Amino acid sequence: MPVLTLEGISQEFGGLRALDGVNMVVEEGEIFGIIGPNGAGKTTLFNIITGIYIPSEGDLIFKEQRINRMATHNIARLGIGRTFQNIRLFNKLSVLDNVRVGSHGISRSGFFKSLLGLPSMLREEKEIKGRAEELLELVGLYDKKMEYADNLAYGEQRRLEIARALALKPSLLLLDEPAAGMNSGEKVELMKLIEQIRQEMKLTILLVEHDMSLVMNICERIAVLDYGRKIAEGPPEEIKNDERVIQSYLGVGA
Amino acid sequence: MFWEQLLNGLTLGSTYALIALGYTMVYGIVQLINFAHGEIYMFGAFAGLILVSFFGFNLIAAMLVAMLFCMLLGILVERIAYRPLRGKSSRLSALISAIGVSIFLSTLMALMAGTNTHRYPEVIAHQTYHLGSLDLSLMQILILAVSALLMIGLQFMVQKTRIGKAMRACSQDLDASYLMGINVNRVISFTFAVGSALAAAGGVMVGVYYNAVWPYMGMMAGLKAFAAAVMGGIGSIPGAMIGGLSLGIMEIMGVAYLSSSYKDAIAFGMLILVLLIRPQGLMGQKISKKV
Amino acid sequence: MNALDATLTQYIDPYYLRIMILLGINIILALGLNLITGVTGQLSMGHAGFMSIGAYTSAILSMQFGFSYLMALLTGAAVAAFFGFLIGIPTLRLEGDYLAMVTIGFAEIIRVFFLNFEPGGRAVGLSGIPQHTNFITVWLIALIIIALNTRLLKSRMGRAFYAIRENEIAAASTGIDTTRLKILAFTAGSFLGGLGGGLYSHYMYYINPQDFGFMKSIELLNMVILGGMGSIPGTILGSFILTLAPEMLRIVAEYRLLFYGALLVILMIFRPNGILGDVRIYDLKKRWGRKEVKTCQS
Repeated sequence: MPVLTLEGISQEFGGLRALDGVNMVVEEGEIFGIIGPNGAGKTTLFNIITGIYIPSEGDLIFKEQRINRMATHNIARLGIGRTFQNIRLFNKLSVLDNVRVGSHGISRSGFFKSLLGLPSMLREEKEIKGRAEELLELVGLYDKKMEYADNLAYGEQRRLEIARALALKPSLLLLDEPAAGMNSGEKVELMKLIEQIRQEMKLTILLVEHDMSLVMNICERIAVLDYGRKIAEGPPEEIKNDERVIQSYLGVGA
Repeated sequence: MFWEQLLNGLTLGSTYALIALGYTMVYGIVQLINFAHGEIYMFGAFAGLILVSFFGFNLIAAMLVAMLFCMLLGILVERIAYRPLRGKSSRLSALISAIGVSIFLSTLMALMAGTNTHRYPEVIAHQTYHLGSLDLSLMQILILAVSALLMIGLQFMVQKTRIGKAMRACSQDLDASYLMGINVNRVISFTFAVGSALAAAGGVMVGVYYNAVWPYMGMMAGLKAFAAAVMGGIGSIPGAMIGGLSLGIMEIMGVAYLSSSYKDAIAFGMLILVLLIRPQGLMGQKISKKV
Repeated sequence: MNALDATLTQYIDPYYLRIMILLGINIILALGLNLITGVTGQLSMGHAGFMSIGAYTSAILSMQFGFSYLMALLTGAAVAAFFGFLIGIPTLRLEGDYLAMVTIGFAEIIRVFFLNFEPGGRAVGLSGIPQHTNFITVWLIALIIIALNTRLLKSRMGRAFYAIRENEIAAASTGIDTTRLKILAFTAGSFLGGLGGGLYSHYMYYINPQDFGFMKSIELLNMVILGGMGSIPGTILGSFILTLAPEMLRIVAEYRLLFYGALLVILMIFRPNGILGDVRIYDLKKRWGRKEVKTCQS
C-alpha cells in the first residue's frame, strides 16, 4: 500500500523551477532514498511534503489523503515526522525537553488544563516523559537528558533530532541528510538505528543523503533528482550502473 | 490649499527621511535598531543652536559643524555601547544597550540645557517666494534643497564609491565581507558617522524651521522616523527616503483634513497599515529562509 | 490610602510598603510580558498599552458603573486581553523587528486614544479612583499568577511556547500550531498586563496617559530581560531590581536617569543574557548534587 504519492509535483520560486513534474510512490515499510547533486531539489521536496511550501503544480497524497495545502503542523499530526538538513534543535531546552516537544502533535492537554493541573494533564505528562526517556535510551542519549541541546556533540545532535521526530509516533519519517558530518563509526551506528526503528516502529522512511555507501546499503529503492527532475528510480544495483546518474554526478564534478 | 499642505508635508517628510536614513543604514549592516539615533538628531539641533547663538555662525556653517560633531558622537556611541556586544550576544541586548544610551543622552542634555524649549535666533530671512499660487518660505526651500542634496549625495556615495561598495557588501553578508578583507569595523563606524551627520542636518533644520529645540525632541521624532524606515523596508536606503517623505505628507494631510489631536497616531497607523499589506515594507525584499 | 495599608503602616514604614506594592504589580505586569517575549520570543515593546487599557477600563467601571473591585479588575484584564488578541492576529505574521515596531505603534495609538478619550479625562487624566488595592490583594494575586505561570511553563503548552522561541520551523514540524500559540501567548500576556493596570489604577488613585508611554513599555521589557529571559525567577529578579533602582537612585536625584541609562549599557556589556540568564539551573543542580532535576526553567 503506498504511503506517499507524488504526482507531477512542480515548484517554482520566482523564475526558478526548483522541481519539475516529479512522480514518486513510496510503499509502506520501505526505506526509500533520494539522491542527487546539490541544488537538485531534494530538500525542496522534503519541504513540500512537510507543508513548508505549497507545490505550484501537482498532487501530494499521503495515505489516500490529498495534503497539498495543509499546514506543517497538521501534516505533522497526520503522522509525518522529519529531521532537518541544518540541525534545528531547541538549543536552550534540555535534551529531554526537545524530545518531549516532539510529542506535541499527539498530546492533548490545552492551555487551561495545563494551567489548572488537572489529573488528565498530569497523567499525560507522565506518558510524554516516559516515551521521551525511552526514545533517548534508544538513540543512546539518556545519560545526557538534562544537558542543554546545544551542548551536545554534532553527531549526538543529529541523533537527538531523530529521537524528537520519533516522539510524534509517525508512520512516515523523513530524514534529511542524517549522516552529514558523521564519522564512519557513527554512520554504521546510524544505519543500525534506522533499520531498528523501521522494524520496531513499523515506519516508512524517506531518506535524503549524500553518502553513497550508506544509501546503497540501507535503501531498498532510490530515486535520483537532477535539476528538479527525477532522472532515475530503482533498486541500488540499477542506480549504481545507470548512465544518466553517473553523468549527472560526474558532470557536476562530484 | 492642498498644494500648500503637500509642500509642508514634503518639508517635514524630508527631515524624517534624513533621520530614517541613519536607522536604515545601521540596521542594514548590523541589524541593530539604534534607539539612540533620535538623540543624535537632538544633539545636532543643540549644536547648531550653540554655534549660531554663541559663536555667530551662519546657518550653513553651523549645520556643517553640527554634522561633524554628531559624526564623532555617533562613532563614539558605537564604540562604547554597541561594538562590545557585536556578535557575542543576542540582538535584544544590543537593543537594550541602545535604549540605555538614548536615556543617557537625553537626560544629559536635559541636565545641561534644562527642559525648556530653546529658540534659534534669526538665522534666516523670513522671505516668502511665490510659485504660481503657492507660497514658499526661504526655510522651506532650504530644507528641501539641502535634504535633496544630501540624499543624492548619499546615493552617489553608496553606489559609486569604494566605501559605498563596502557598505553594500557588509549589509549583504558581514562575515563574507570580513573574509574578503574589508575592514568591517571601519565600515560600521563610517555608517554610523554618515547616519549621524544626516540626522544632525535634519536636527538643525527642524530647529530653525519650527523654532524649537528641547532635550526630548529626539524621542518622538526618532520613533516616527524609525517607523518611516520600517514602512519603507528596513535596510533599504530608497525605502527610508520614500518612507520619510510619505510619512511627512500623510501627517500634515492628516492634521489638515482629519484632526490634529491624533497627529502622533498617524505615523503609527500608517506603518501598521503598510505592514499588514506588505510585511516586508514598501521597498523591502522578502527574505526566504533556508529551511 | 487603603484602610488595610493604613493599619500596616503601624508596622512597616509606608515608604517600603509602597515599594512592595509596586513591586507586586510590576511582577504581574512583567510576567505577562515574559510570556510573550521571554518565553515565546515575540518581541513586544508596547506592553504599557495593555496596562493602560486595564487601568482605564477597570477605573471607569468601578467609578461610573459601580462594578465591584474584583469584577472591575477582571473585566479590565479581559478587555486588554481582547485587544491583545485583535492586535496579535495581524501582527504575528511579522518577523522580529517589524513585530517590535508594530507593537510600539499600537501602544502609541492607544496612548493617543486615551489622550483624546473624554470619559478618561483626556490629557488631564482620571482621578478619584477608589483605592481598593492594598498589600494583600496585590501579593495574593501576584502569588497566584506566579504559581499559574510556573505550572504552565513546565507543561506541554509551556514547552511549546519555548519551542516557538527556539526554532519556529522545527516547532511546527512537531505539530505545534505556531500562529495559534503565538496569538494565545499574546492574549494571555496582555490579560496580565491589563490586570496589572487595574491594580495600578486602584492603587494610584490618579492616572493619566503619560503613565503608560513608551518609557513604561521599555521599563517592563527591561524587567523581563535583565533577570534572564523566559525564566520566572529571572523576571521576578528583574522586577525587583527595576522597582528598587529608581528608589535607590533617588540618592543621586537629578542624575538618576543618567545612571539608569549608563547602567543598562554596562549591564548589557557584562551580562548580556541577563543576570540569571547565564546561570543554568541544570548546572546549578548538578553542582549542588540534587537528584531531582527540574526541566524547562532555562
